[in-house]
Amino acid sequence: MADKDKNNQGAEDTGHEWDGIRELKNDPPRWWMILFKLTPVWIAGYFLLYPSIPFVGGSNSKGLLGWTSLGEYNKGRQEIDSIRAPFEKKIAAMTAKEILNDPEMANYAVASIKQTFGDICAKCHGSGGQGGHNFPILADDDWLYGGTIEKIQETVTEGRGGIMPSFKGRFTPEEQKDLMQFLDDAQHGKTFEPGRKVFMGETKAAAECPTCHGENAKGNYDVGSANLTDAICRFDCTREGLEHTLLHGVNDDGDPMTRKATMPAWRSKLTDVQIKKLAVRVFLFGGGQKG
Amino acid sequence: MSTTTQTPPGSAADSAKGNKQLSLDELYLEAGHHQVNLGAKKIHAKRIPGKFRNLKWFAASLYILFFIGPYFRWEGRQAVLFNVPERQYHLFELTLWPQDVWILSLALLTFFLALYAATAMAGRVFCGTFCWMTVWTDVYTWIEEKMEGSPPQRRALDSAPWGARKLAIKTGKTLVFLLLGVATGVTFTSYFIDAGDLWRRYLSLRGPVEIWVTPLPFVIGTYLGVGIMREQFCFWLCPYARIQSAMQDSETIIPTYDVRRGEPRGRHKDGDCIDCHLCVGVCPTGVDIRDGMQEGCIMCALCIDACNSVMRKVDKPEGLIRYGSLDEFLGLPVVPLYKRPRIIMYAILLASTLSGIVWGLTHLGAVQLNVIHERQPLYVMLSDGGVQNKYTLRIVNKSDTTLNLRFAVSDLPGAVLVSPDAAVRVAPGRVLPLNATVRMPRSRAGKGSVKVEFHVLDSATGAFITETESRFIGPG
Repeated sequence: MADKDKNNQGAEDTGHEWDGIRELKNDPPRWWMILFKLTPVWIAGYFLLYPSIPFVGGSNSKGLLGWTSLGEYNKGRQEIDSIRAPFEKKIAAMTAKEILNDPEMANYAVASIKQTFGDICAKCHGSGGQGGHNFPILADDDWLYGGTIEKIQETVTEGRGGIMPSFKGRFTPEEQKDLMQFLDDAQHGKTFEPGRKVFMGETKAAAECPTCHGENAKGNYDVGSANLTDAICRFDCTREGLEHTLLHGVNDDGDPMTRKATMPAWRSKLTDVQIKKLAVRVFLFGGGQKG
Repeated sequence: MSTTTQTPPGSAADSAKGNKQLSLDELYLEAGHHQVNLGAKKIHAKRIPGKFRNLKWFAASLYILFFIGPYFRWEGRQAVLFNVPERQYHLFELTLWPQDVWILSLALLTFFLALYAATAMAGRVFCGTFCWMTVWTDVYTWIEEKMEGSPPQRRALDSAPWGARKLAIKTGKTLVFLLLGVATGVTFTSYFIDAGDLWRRYLSLRGPVEIWVTPLPFVIGTYLGVGIMREQFCFWLCPYARIQSAMQDSETIIPTYDVRRGEPRGRHKDGDCIDCHLCVGVCPTGVDIRDGMQEGCIMCALCIDACNSVMRKVDKPEGLIRYGSLDEFLGLPVVPLYKRPRIIMYAILLASTLSGIVWGLTHLGAVQLNVIHERQPLYVMLSDGGVQNKYTLRIVNKSDTTLNLRFAVSDLPGAVLVSPDAAVRVAPGRVLPLNATVRMPRSRAGKGSVKVEFHVLDSATGAFITETESRFIGPG
């Protein structure tokens, strides 16, 4: 299909023509062709130096340089380990509280545990400790088991699991209504007297609320019971949410609709240093309690 | 024939004919008139003394500062040192940090504006006298003249067959060129590493790969660009050559051939130009200035020197080629500099960038505070119904003493800085990130995003050091 017409450029003509533009057979630029012809050399060199030829049976040629991706990873790993070594050595000998009091070490702890926090904690508690639906916020000042650095460390190490029995069928509709009103008001610093009586078990239903939540309804760190008088709810602050918790409890195996709330123990899965760093990380989300 | 009709197209006189629209054919004719030298013909320019020749040497001599600069000391360290690993840039008394990079931006802007202003006033005067490419080329061709002889001798040598003498001269020249390239590259490198230390590393043949690699582009660049390409670089590679052509106007003074006076040219013609071609012979880019303003002209004005020397010999007034604006040659009124809007604008812009630099350098400050608001979560509700925001405070101690600092928030009624609540020690030359939490009571929370200011105070005296603005975010 090529005609041998010579055009004014002296190049062969393919005979293709679109809208008056003719396609010629000019050579590509010389530097480009040189590079193109060098590509087989590159390929040969690459095949010699790097692992590239698969053998039957799953193995492959090793290459003269002995390069492996795992080797690269280990090299990078060693590099970062050597940078971290002096810090790691220092941090191993410090308590979590001492780390907190040393801004530089605290910064190191937070930066070096970011990955681990993202892997295991952020799923429920959020990458910034902002919590998730029905999972505790770590950045606020409300703690179920205490917000001191020691308590946080204990929580990470041993895990936590609250217990609240299901109260379904234990109240008359009237009592339940009063109790809900009491809980609503408590969050806003008010006391609804008829409901308080239900809470305290002074009515016939004889509820055991103060056993865990205390007579002032402020909760108890020792059993992980929630403070019912503050502006933060463990699960859901709406009337329906509070009612659900009341009627079905928390971790009550006898009630299929119970709220599940279990913090796993990380003792066997993480090192002491990792747990210390995590405690510092959680403390520094902004809600840690001093002293 | 009148003088004007004889001149080549594209010259000043041609444009003077005025308003006639150029046809495409004429444009091509004009472009075709200029001889395009793609490097096949090497330009060997003649050197003759003169006013502009001296100016060129003076401009070139300023580059001696570049070469001796790294060896000045200031308070126990190199006076001008760009310490990249430490992120500190020393300029005599001043130490700049990466945070001060905006001053560098302003400095670059100033250089560009100065270039534009100079171009608007006197064309590509930077190209012709001060551009490192021009200066290095000038020095290299000077060396060439010393080693290979005058331009005719050089041309003869170029076309002579290879022999022992040619090989010896060319090898020697190449070595000298490479040596100058190494000197350039090493000098550049020594602005980034202490020069004494650098030399010790070079002489002991030990040191990081960077000190061997950094000078390399300069060695290659000077050899290829200055040793071989020369004016080809200005023609085909340099973007500023093109930009600057667009910055000139008819009021810009540029070296121009006086067409009315010179034509018709020739030994026994009426015009003053005796067509001796000396102006072409001295041109480092090989253009013929008599064709008018053109892309190859770097406005070094060496042709003015050449033409004046000839005019003196033939007893005619100097200035057949002279600095003048297009308007001046056309007999239009010459507008003084201070009445040209373009110059006024450049002056205003230059004044503002310069004052910015002066302000920046006089307000560097020993402490800098950067406040980064937490993004996730933006705010946290507290048990008492208040709102808490978290920030990262990055304190930069640019001084050479340890500072004890404390912090405060202001400009936001009700806001309480919960942490950091104690004094913080910041070592000299360090950046310390700190967690900060600010709380707002329930009664005042819920106003969306509002301004808050963080103050840095001296922990002992309570004296205010610096402040940084940020936002406090609440629900609603």
